[in-house]
Amino acid sequence: MTTQETVKLTRKDFQTDQEVRWCPGCGDYAILASVQRALPNLGVPREKIVFVSGIGCSSRFPYYMETYGFHSIHGRAPAIATGIKLANPDLSVWVATGDGDALSIGGNHLIHALRRNIGIKIVLFNNRIYGLTKGQYSPTSEQGKKTKSTPFGSVDHPFNPISVALGAEATFVARSIDVEPKHLGQVLERAAAHQGSAFVEVYQNCNVFNDGAFESITGKDVKADQQLHIEHGMPLLFGKDKKRGIRLGGVQGLTPEVVELGVNGVTEKDILVFDAHEQSGAMAFLLSRFQPPEFPVPIGVFRDVKRDVYEQEAHQQIERVKKQFGEGDIQALLESGETWSIE
Amino acid sequence: MTQAHNPPVADPSHKHSSKHRTDVESAVIRFSGDSGDGMQLTGTQFSNTSATLGNDLATFPDFPAEIRAPAGTTFGVSGFQVNLAARDVYTPGDEPDVLVAMNPAALKVNLPDLKMGGLLIINRDAFTKANIERAGYDHNPLEDGSLARYRLVTVDVTTQVETALRDLGLSFKEVARAKNFWTLGLIYYLYSRPLEPTLRYIESKFSAKPVIAEGNRIALKAGYLYGENAEIIEEVYQIGPAKLAPGLYRTINGNQAAAWGALVAAKKSGVPLFYGSYPITPASDILHELSHFKSFGVSTFQAEDEIAAIGATIGAAFAGQLAITGSSGPGIALKSEAIGLAVGVELPLVIINVQRGGPSTGLPTKTEQADLYQALFGRNGECPVAVIAAATPSDCFQMTFEACRIALKYMTPIFVLTDGYLANGSEPWMIPKLESLPAIPTKFWTEKNGFQPFMRDPKTLARVWAVPGTPGLEHRIGGLEKDFNSGHISYDPENHERMIHVRQDKIDNIAQDIPDLDVFGAEKGGKLLVLSWGSTFGSVRQAVQTARAQGLDVSHAQLRYLNPLPKNTEEVLRRFDKVLVPELNLGQLAFYLRGKFLLPVIGLNKIQGKPFRVDEILDRINQLLGK
Repeated sequence: MTTQETVKLTRKDFQTDQEVRWCPGCGDYAILASVQRALPNLGVPREKIVFVSGIGCSSRFPYYMETYGFHSIHGRAPAIATGIKLANPDLSVWVATGDGDALSIGGNHLIHALRRNIGIKIVLFNNRIYGLTKGQYSPTSEQGKKTKSTPFGSVDHPFNPISVALGAEATFVARSIDVEPKHLGQVLERAAAHQGSAFVEVYQNCNVFNDGAFESITGKDVKADQQLHIEHGMPLLFGKDKKRGIRLGGVQGLTPEVVELGVNGVTEKDILVFDAHEQSGAMAFLLSRFQPPEFPVPIGVFRDVKRDVYEQEAHQQIERVKKQFGEGDIQALLESGETWSIE
Repeated sequence: MTQAHNPPVADPSHKHSSKHRTDVESAVIRFSGDSGDGMQLTGTQFSNTSATLGNDLATFPDFPAEIRAPAGTTFGVSGFQVNLAARDVYTPGDEPDVLVAMNPAALKVNLPDLKMGGLLIINRDAFTKANIERAGYDHNPLEDGSLARYRLVTVDVTTQVETALRDLGLSFKEVARAKNFWTLGLIYYLYSRPLEPTLRYIESKFSAKPVIAEGNRIALKAGYLYGENAEIIEEVYQIGPAKLAPGLYRTINGNQAAAWGALVAAKKSGVPLFYGSYPITPASDILHELSHFKSFGVSTFQAEDEIAAIGATIGAAFAGQLAITGSSGPGIALKSEAIGLAVGVELPLVIINVQRGGPSTGLPTKTEQADLYQALFGRNGECPVAVIAAATPSDCFQMTFEACRIALKYMTPIFVLTDGYLANGSEPWMIPKLESLPAIPTKFWTEKNGFQPFMRDPKTLARVWAVPGTPGLEHRIGGLEKDFNSGHISYDPENHERMIHVRQDKIDNIAQDIPDLDVFGAEKGGKLLVLSWGSTFGSVRQAVQTARAQGLDVSHAQLRYLNPLPKNTEEVLRRFDKVLVPELNLGQLAFYLRGKFLLPVIGLNKIQGKPFRVDEILDRINQLLGK
């Protein structure tokens, strides 16, 4: 098998000969399929794609991708991916991670990668549980959750991954769902096209240790009312016939509320129009706080803004300095400063 | 005697007619003061100037971990000792001949080290009642006769500087800061040193602040003139050039040398340099130095933590760069898991550990050799890493270069152990010619036919380096055990054992590719061998040289390679009746050698955050030889 840039790749080209070892019914299969379907659309040859992961069920991901891959150590994938991207900005570098890997043991690397805006694409498989260690609560598990390590219920308050990413100054932040392959594929393609770091949270069902965690959001009969599909420039409407929407109210005009078109004189003009390019990120953060049952769960791209890209800046700085001072001469450096000769 | 080429001359406008001039072979001088008194700068300038006169020298900067400890306290005292000589110098010297104390606290801390009858130069303006009390003295030591055993010279440095600079319109603080240049001028006079190198330094360092530059220039010259005119110094000294090998020289410290060694290795291998690090004392200067080298194409990455620093470095290695990370003990502890990953995925990685006093945060600015176990054993699983150690400040250049060679050739992580003493200490260094240094042939794998990511060179056992971006070689690596042939995940018991062995064999095999252990002294063997590693080299070599001059049957060997050991190590050790191993730890190399060779080596251990004194080693040699 040879890869040439001119050859149009297909999903099959990204499948490896390795037997996939996730549990039958795991949401990871659907994410793998979505990624393998999305990658051919990027027009990037396989040899220029690298998948990096840490530890956990999701972190087996690179073994199943016919690209370069690095299954590293717990939590450190963003750091390793940073080194790869910095060394070779030409590569398309992806991180496959989970809620424990990215938000617990690797939290520091996640926020700093996002802060730097280095061009790596982080896909966080959020199943709200530790799967590979067989069922302990995770930093995204809901408070009170009974698990192997919390038989009387966890007392931890969870992280909201989207809020964390926005707080870390991420320039591209999105959420999708394992069982929505079309949406997921589109989000991944937009993440790939983004200049700088991209963060994509994917709700993923662990059918063994946390089955149905997202059922109340993803179920066929509830999803229209429980999901808010956000699109830049579009009013925040949801529900089967798009009759419900989000309005800003309260004394300061900063409190979101769910309203119905046609009720109490509400018209579409009252509905908040979503702006993913808004620089402050305030609207994105507001939306990231939406939780059922008060609010539908926003799905889509929360934030998509431009900022200096780390690896580009780093390499441009090298070129600038070379231009200013000339290409370095090592012998001259060694002989610089106070020297003396002995004959 | 070889003369220095074009030796710089002392300011010709000054004559020494009234003073007696004495030739001395060597001098140990210690500058001490508050952390804010600029003693490190003074010492460095004095050393650099002396080096340009052809003296051999070794320096020992010793400063507190606090950036600016409360003024006048004993724990805020900063010192800089230099040993300069007209012969080979191996250590900064045991006892200073001259002690400069800028305040009572500096006197209190440093006086016990001053040689009996040594010259004691004191800034008496700083001996105020408050400062005397703050230093813990009951009485003014200048007045109670307690300094009678020394040649005491007291100078009103502060007043002198204020007088000299009064017309410049500098603030009180700015004037006070020039004290160090004034003192430097005085000591330049005392040792007949030229002012030009420091004047040049002032010119370039303070180019943006011409008035400050002028103040420092005036202070330096005023100090020099004061020495010449005031009737306080009866004799001045001269130290001729040492017999160093012909060549072009400069002074260099260990951290700078390590950075330059890395830069040159990148050039010689043709592989771009990536340095990922997190600030930590005493290793940060390597990051500072390399961050200046953008025009050489060097990438430096200051990470969010120690783990990210090595993580990014491993990523860069995967992507085909000469990947180096540096830290000190606590940071290395954090990096341990990632080092294990690099062993498992077999990527080239250089880890520089500038050792400091431990455990935990320990003594950040003090030296120690207690991370040898950490380098050799500090990881989970059977996890062999090559380990080498620099012996002197300039040897950090050589050993970092060597580490890069080994890492690239064997596709392995390798430790370079230096320490705080080497990192900040400096010595003259003969500048190498780039073309005289060996090439480091490095090749990226591109052949698709039959490619497997863990296929090995049958001789070195190094796996192939196939970097992302290479068409047709897409593959996955990771921390899980790999199949010997395909590199796929494997839990097979026999395969695991085979992989454990091949990783170990690869490291052991490096012994075929490193120099034998050399003996200084009785090559055929004798009564006593002193075996050292790392920065204890200088003290041991000086002690053994002295003992041999006294007719003692003692020899010296320096281990620069610790894993693997040179292949003749056991055989060399067995040539001697006794083997003494001095270490700045509780006996880590001794334990390792006993375990490897069942040899009853004798330890000499010191864990005070300070290097060995020569006499400490000499005493033990005498004891062991029954003298």
